Amino acid sequence: MKINRRRFLLGTTVVGGGLLIVYATTRPSKHFVANDTLAENGQSFLTTWLRIDPDNTVTVLVPHSEMGQGVLTSLPMMAADELDADWDLVRVEQAPATDLFANGVLIKGFAQSMGVSVPGFLDGAINKVSEIMNIQITGGSSSVRFTGENGMRVAGAAAREMLIKTAAVRWEVPESELTARLSHVYHDASGRSATYGELASDAARFEPSPNPRLKEPHEFTLMGKPIQRIDIPAKVDGTAAFGMDARPAGMLYAAVKTSPVFGNKLVSVNSDVALQRRGVVRVVELDDAVAVVADNYWRAKQALAALDIRFEATANDQVTTQSIYAQFDTALQGELNEDVEQGDTPIALAGAATTIDATYRVPFLAHAAMEPMNCTVHFHDGKADVWTGTQDNLGIRGRVASISGLDENDVTMHMFYLGGGFGRRLPNTTNTIDQATRIAQQFDVPVQTIWSREEDMQQDYYRTAVTSAFRAGFDASNNLIAWENHYIGKNEPAEAAHPPYSIPHKSIAYADSPTHVPLGAWRSVAHSQHTFFLESFVDELAHKAGKNPYQFRLDMLQDKPRHAAVLKAAADKAGWERNLPEGHAMGIALQESFGSIVAQVAEVSINSDGSVRVHRVTCAVDCGRSVNPDNVASQAESGIIYGLTAALYGEITIANGRVEQTNFNDYEMLRLSDSPEIDVVTIESGAALGGMGEPATPPVAAAVANAVYILTGQRVRELPLKNYRFTAAPVERLA
Amino acid sequence: MARFRVNGVAQDLDIEPEMPLLWALRDELGLTGTKFGCGVAACGACTVQVNGNAVRSCVTPVSAVEGTDITTIEGLAVNAAAALTPVQQAWINHQVPQCGYCQSGMIMAVSALLTANPNPSDDEIDGAITNICRCGTYPRVRKAIRSLTTTA
Repeated sequence: MKINRRRFLLGTTVVGGGLLIVYATTRPSKHFVANDTLAENGQSFLTTWLRIDPDNTVTVLVPHSEMGQGVLTSLPMMAADELDADWDLVRVEQAPATDLFANGVLIKGFAQSMGVSVPGFLDGAINKVSEIMNIQITGGSSSVRFTGENGMRVAGAAAREMLIKTAAVRWEVPESELTARLSHVYHDASGRSATYGELASDAARFEPSPNPRLKEPHEFTLMGKPIQRIDIPAKVDGTAAFGMDARPAGMLYAAVKTSPVFGNKLVSVNSDVALQRRGVVRVVELDDAVAVVADNYWRAKQALAALDIRFEATANDQVTTQSIYAQFDTALQGELNEDVEQGDTPIALAGAATTIDATYRVPFLAHAAMEPMNCTVHFHDGKADVWTGTQDNLGIRGRVASISGLDENDVTMHMFYLGGGFGRRLPNTTNTIDQATRIAQQFDVPVQTIWSREEDMQQDYYRTAVTSAFRAGFDASNNLIAWENHYIGKNEPAEAAHPPYSIPHKSIAYADSPTHVPLGAWRSVAHSQHTFFLESFVDELAHKAGKNPYQFRLDMLQDKPRHAAVLKAAADKAGWERNLPEGHAMGIALQESFGSIVAQVAEVSINSDGSVRVHRVTCAVDCGRSVNPDNVASQAESGIIYGLTAALYGEITIANGRVEQTNFNDYEMLRLSDSPEIDVVTIESGAALGGMGEPATPPVAAAVANAVYILTGQRVRELPLKNYRFTAAPVERLA
Repeated sequence: MARFRVNGVAQDLDIEPEMPLLWALRDELGLTGTKFGCGVAACGACTVQVNGNAVRSCVTPVSAVEGTDITTIEGLAVNAAAALTPVQQAWINHQVPQCGYCQSGMIMAVSALLTANPNPSDDEIDGAITNICRCGTYPRVRKAIRSLTTTA
């Protein structure tokens, strides 16, 4: 049997979980190396992630990137809690992008031994293993639930045990008589105490335990409390530095124009025109792009705009959104790959009392992170320095090294805040890095390559468009008995197209249908498309069955109590279908993703011009346990706005082989004026921690579209909603 | 030549009159708190204050600000003679920023609005604060603004 990639990914996750133990037993001892190479002025690393200074400050080194999700606060909270550190004495640094703080060799070896092909956007296998191995990739809503729960807490607890053991030796008392709190160890019987700073250098001589005792939730002192984020003060006074703010001495700026038809090669450019302009230093020709390098970005950009740049013509010049959708439709009629087979769906559908068919579709989307893509590189003395904000510093280091032929250890990463990530700043979908490296190779000074917003919009690795066709069947008693779904493109995460509801017969399959449009992970990855499909179609089925959409779902969740509780919490908090102003309606949707369960209720009306207005979104979340509750709420708010922007406005279209949209004036964004009120309610179920960076994004589109159906009788099977002009025609509410 | 004051300091730059103020601030003066987001005045990340008014510096040529007083995020609190302005403090209290990239412009726009109109209506806020935030901090932006106004 052909091993299909989806199953392999599931297998990798399981094996990766096993490696965690390997990590825990081998990794902390690297602190000896850290003490030999990095510690100064009496500093002591107790694990590679925890350094204690003689002044009793604790520094937590965070191996993930801060892109607004609060990781620079959440992970130190988890380590400091287990360490019983005084939060006021905790400092935070981003872990350097060096071998010491990661294990890239092991990851690569592991991946290759499993036959994983790394290139391409669906690097999920590598990402998953890396997350578990605490490599520096930031994605998959993984930092808190993997690095935090399995790494930071263990590191903090192990360090605490080392400090207590040190005090026991020093005072010649049993460890059992010692307590640790607020960065001190106490021996109450003798009244002695010592700061962690006084104990640290001796403590660092011990080997950290691979399995220290972790606290029970009732013992937590920091986790579960709303702690203010440590990165926010720098983000209100202009001092927070993003990649584009790097200012190494002597730096030049590069503006780039890449072939608007993806992959077409450069044919010619009249470089002389640019070289005559003020500040222009050089015109660099790349395989499929032209860069102008100048002493000021605006001068570079103006000179670039003055050039006559010719790219080759290829068959891709004929591709349009319509031709891609036609290709998808043809693929769905061809041979399909199995995703889920449960029961006997063809027979169940053939014998069904009623069947219902619907085909859904969503477009390509750009990430449109607020900070346009940029990267600064300086080659000197056979080495390179790189300044950029990325979701994977080690991955970028490797990328620059491989392009330039340098050893990875000769590439130094300078880390920055990310002006938005959302999947855009992952190494294998960051063509800016390649260009910046190749441009800087031609200079002996640092060169900052900046993409214009237009380049960023037109050279993205896009959230893929998907067509998804459904057929469902009811028995004579109006029970849903069969679910058939054929969609385009294999999923990451693999379960994105799997409905949570108990349906006896399911048949889910997909067809691959690649185009020349480059694809990448976009906040919540395949959940962003499939949750819209699943939760809209389930809503259709509820109305078809004459049942209230909320109750219809609840009835099919009897074996999923956490899902049911979340759905109910959202409905209760929103006051499901109660006390609505005239002309308003509610829609509901549910999705589990990245280990968290989220249900949302959207309250919607139709504007006089036929557009959609979302007044309020109520969001219930079960992420197991909130590490930083206010940050859970802010990530839910963020995910909702991101998903709602896509639902209302998001659409990248292709004509003549290229992206038609150019900037925020034709790729619209939700703004303050159309931002809904958002209520977030969390359920502290105590289940394994789930992620929060992404899970609030998937449900909102369906919740809004389901409300639109109540208001208009029109079922939205294609996004975005801006393409519709609705007429209010309320359907009958169902009890 | 371009002459103006930035955060109280007189500047005299030998640059093209058509150079947008944004790039004069970032690439000539090294004031990187003001951000490049779109280059077409559509997102507001580059918002600074010119004689107290919120202006999108990415489409404002330096010739148009000759002789003016310009305030950037770096100078906001300095000009207010405090560690943080009330707007910046409200941003911390309400934990507004996420990635933070748009927040310099957001804070400059809100500060200009509240100086000109200390008690704006919701419609006035919506009309004045059209900055884009991809992290979706809008609910907290509104709460932070409302914490500084007397009308709710």
